[in-house]
Amino acid sequence: MNQQVQQRYYLILAILGILVLIYLIRLFHLQVIDDSYKVYAERNALRQITEHPERGLIYDRNDSLLVYNEAAYDLMIVPNELRQFDTTDLCRILDIPKEILLERISKAEKYSKLIPSIFEQQMSKEDYGYVQEKLHKFPGFFVQNRTLRSYPFPIAAHILGYVGEVNDKILENDPYYQLGDYIGISGIEKAYEPELRGVKGKRVVLVDVHNRERGSYDDGKYDKLPKSGTDLWSSLDMRLQIYAEKLLQNHSGSIVAIEPATGEILCIVSSPGYDPNLLVGKSRGNNYKILLNDKKNNPLFNRALMAMYPPGSTFKLANALIALQEGVITPSSFYFCPHGYKVGGLTVKCYHTGTVNLISAIQVSCNNYFCRVFYNILSNRSKYNTIQEGYQAWKNYINDLGFGRKFESDLPYETKGIIPSVEYFDKQYRKHWNANTVISMGIGQGEVATTPIQMANLMAIIANRGYYIKPHVIKAIGNKSTPNDRYLEKYYCGIDARYFEPVIKGMEQVMVAGTARRSKIEGIPMAGKTGTAQNPHGMDHAVFAGFAPLNEPKIAIFVLVENAGGGGAVAAPIASAIVEYYLKDDAKKKELEDKLNPSSP
Amino acid sequence: MYRDNVNSISKGFDVQLVTIYIILMLIGWLAIFSSSHIPNGESVNIFNLQTLYGKQIIWIGTSVILAIVILILDNRIFQHLAYYIYIAAILLMIIVLFVGTEIAGAKAWIKIGSYSIQPTEFAKFATALALAKLFNEGKTKFQKRYLWLIAFFFILIPIGIIIAQKDTGSALVFLSFILLFYREGMSGNILLIGAAAIVLFILSFCLNEIYALAIVTTIFIIFWIIQRKFKKKLIRNGIIYASAVIFIFSANLLYDKILQPHQKMRISTMLGQTSDPQGADFNLNQSKIAIGSGGFWGKGYLKGTQTKLNFVPEQSTDFIFCSIGEEFGFLGSITILLLFSFLIYRILFLAERHRNSFVRYYGYGVASIIFFHFIINIGMTIGLVPIIGIPLPFLSYGGSSLWGFTVLLFIFIRMQKS
Repeated sequence: MNQQVQQRYYLILAILGILVLIYLIRLFHLQVIDDSYKVYAERNALRQITEHPERGLIYDRNDSLLVYNEAAYDLMIVPNELRQFDTTDLCRILDIPKEILLERISKAEKYSKLIPSIFEQQMSKEDYGYVQEKLHKFPGFFVQNRTLRSYPFPIAAHILGYVGEVNDKILENDPYYQLGDYIGISGIEKAYEPELRGVKGKRVVLVDVHNRERGSYDDGKYDKLPKSGTDLWSSLDMRLQIYAEKLLQNHSGSIVAIEPATGEILCIVSSPGYDPNLLVGKSRGNNYKILLNDKKNNPLFNRALMAMYPPGSTFKLANALIALQEGVITPSSFYFCPHGYKVGGLTVKCYHTGTVNLISAIQVSCNNYFCRVFYNILSNRSKYNTIQEGYQAWKNYINDLGFGRKFESDLPYETKGIIPSVEYFDKQYRKHWNANTVISMGIGQGEVATTPIQMANLMAIIANRGYYIKPHVIKAIGNKSTPNDRYLEKYYCGIDARYFEPVIKGMEQVMVAGTARRSKIEGIPMAGKTGTAQNPHGMDHAVFAGFAPLNEPKIAIFVLVENAGGGGAVAAPIASAIVEYYLKDDAKKKELEDKLNPSSP
Repeated sequence: MYRDNVNSISKGFDVQLVTIYIILMLIGWLAIFSSSHIPNGESVNIFNLQTLYGKQIIWIGTSVILAIVILILDNRIFQHLAYYIYIAAILLMIIVLFVGTEIAGAKAWIKIGSYSIQPTEFAKFATALALAKLFNEGKTKFQKRYLWLIAFFFILIPIGIIIAQKDTGSALVFLSFILLFYREGMSGNILLIGAAAIVLFILSFCLNEIYALAIVTTIFIIFWIIQRKFKKKLIRNGIIYASAVIFIFSANLLYDKILQPHQKMRISTMLGQTSDPQGADFNLNQSKIAIGSGGFWGKGYLKGTQTKLNFVPEQSTDFIFCSIGEEFGFLGSITILLLFSFLIYRILFLAERHRNSFVRYYGYGVASIIFFHFIINIGMTIGLVPIIGIPLPFLSYGGSSLWGFTVLLFIFIRMQKS
């Protein structure tokens, strides 16, 4: 070898050596120093799939299903995993224009580039099959199984409530929820959201570059099974609810029935209502708008909890109880009624005349009698020096009877009703007012307003002879024998049990020989009181309140039919039909149902 | 007779080369198995011909048979048949031009049943043989300049055909013979000019023409000032300067007009000019992620996620190194680098020592080809070289390439013994 050639041999070896050294440095940097590639690798290959738990089911008090779940398929998107794909193809499959597609992608990107969000909700089964088959062509997309609420009967929509996608505010405040998650928005769904939603699970799976799952990561070490939501047992009686809704279907109004001993709501109707199946899934938004814009029927308005009516004559019962407790009357106190209560230039008319005691006053609903009762309460100068003190004492009783306040149980969106404060009248009349100024409240007119649930609760108090348990709709959680322990407390209203007997006696007389005598039920002793709620906007509302049986009452009820005139004619028959239906055996029930549906075989 | 052959096979051949060959092939098979097998609880049949690892066993088996046949053959036969082998390989490639099957954009394959062979792989050892014969006999037959002309012609023919097959990567492999030429007396300036051209290209591309011009001019001015001799050779240096300037300004033109869009993309990606992790960058990015996520010790055999789940493209062929980098980490990478370095060193060492200059020429040809494949293939997986689709010798999946490299290496091993 000559020298030059040998030089070249070594030079070639040197080039080899230098290149290998450069490669080693590069590899050392890539593999040992720079950690970022490990993070990338994880993102590349692992996908965390949220396993949505099945939402808890809701049963009625007799184990009939009220709410269950149905399978649905959502197309999910992970913006970071998107690669070029045939947009027209996807648009065609989903039947959406390209602009919408791009808009949805940018919305998903705005939410998160890494967390999956819903791209297309609740695909049809055909679309689902088609998309699933072609999924490898759309990297960054995958299908997630979800469930939708479904209702076997179109009843109790207001109370059951509905679920919908979480909004931005909830997303911000509660880390549990992800974009596109469902949450209870109203009714039971909202009140029991933590129980119903269950616990989300997750699966960590290996995903290849073609977006296909290739099995679970590390033998499923990081997987967590979803925990189904807790089932609930409602206090509602499904058949009674159906029956009550049918009775009221051609009217506007409300029915509330409570089991007095427990405060459990047996049925609660607001008419006109809507089919809860309308507010499910994809079409929820549209249907909601339609319902919201139906100003004539106002179906979304839950009259049972939100509508404030003058209670009318049924309110007299409350005043009777207060007066007895206050000692301003006795059961045998009597007054002569001269066709009304006259004070100054004002006359509160009464359609009857003659001398009545408490029991017969209730029976005939004597306005004069109860104006005097109310006057006596407010102007009890032996106890209260001023009208303000007297009124405040009365108001305290009324509040304790459940009026002018919300129950705040598991019921959605209540209103308080109106029981004006002392300050209100002081301001209204510049402190110059007395019992006669506000006398119409004695007969449930004037400034006072109550909601149907409050009136039904008053019936429960009377049936219980002195206390109530917050009206509520969930009886048991998780297991039928595990009672809902949130609503066990008895609220006493400050009126001794013995003062209830004369009132109940009067209410019994209403059914036997009074304003509701035509609605008396064979074999079931019942207490009741009719009423007419004055309506400045049109025909008066028909009202009936009552409970049955007299001893050991099983059902307290309040019925209000808007613009139907006198309570005895319209409201009382509906109430007694419901009471009868509830208390009678199955055979009788069938007969009553058939009577309501003459067309059905 | 048979016994004699067996003895002659086991005696005298370079054990180190044969050992490295076997080790690389086995590592290759393990990596192919790892990257093409996804554990699903079913029992594994490594001879399953539906799988790449099953097929590779066939390629390895046939390669071993080929190697043994070569070792049994008379060592003079290669020198004797060198030109014929070369002509046969060229003809085969021309045939492919007409009847070939297109795979991944290149019409470089002949389909036989369900298998395809790539004659380009055979042209590599054929050209190495032809060049060795040319240098061995031509030095006395031709004038020096004609000899070089013919030698360049020998590599330009396959390059031309392969470019016609649209397989630019493989065509570049034949440029590696420049290393052999250099050893045999080609002016070192050609290597320098080549290196300078690459640097200038990158400069004018990464910065822009003006900066590149400024840098080149500065260098020349510095030389002008510090080197006295520089002024004397004014004309020569003037020409060099002028060509450098012309090159700078034509680099972009060259780039725009001559290269295919995907090649442009690969070059600009390598130079960091474009960043589109989901697009053109994708392969390189995934490859770096796979290797980088391996860490020092690696994730362990069969535990790679990137190479297993198809994130790395061509994970069994051109990007087989990713699988090793991911599962065996930096240690695995070093091992591969050292094995190849030693292989190339050993070939050069033995070639340099040999009394028969034909063997030396051929040995340099073998080393050049393996060197080029090794540097380019691993360089592209770690982002130091544009992505050029050529296999990693002995490791990558594929019958043609394994056969081609086996023949290439074992002809040298056979002849080296003599």
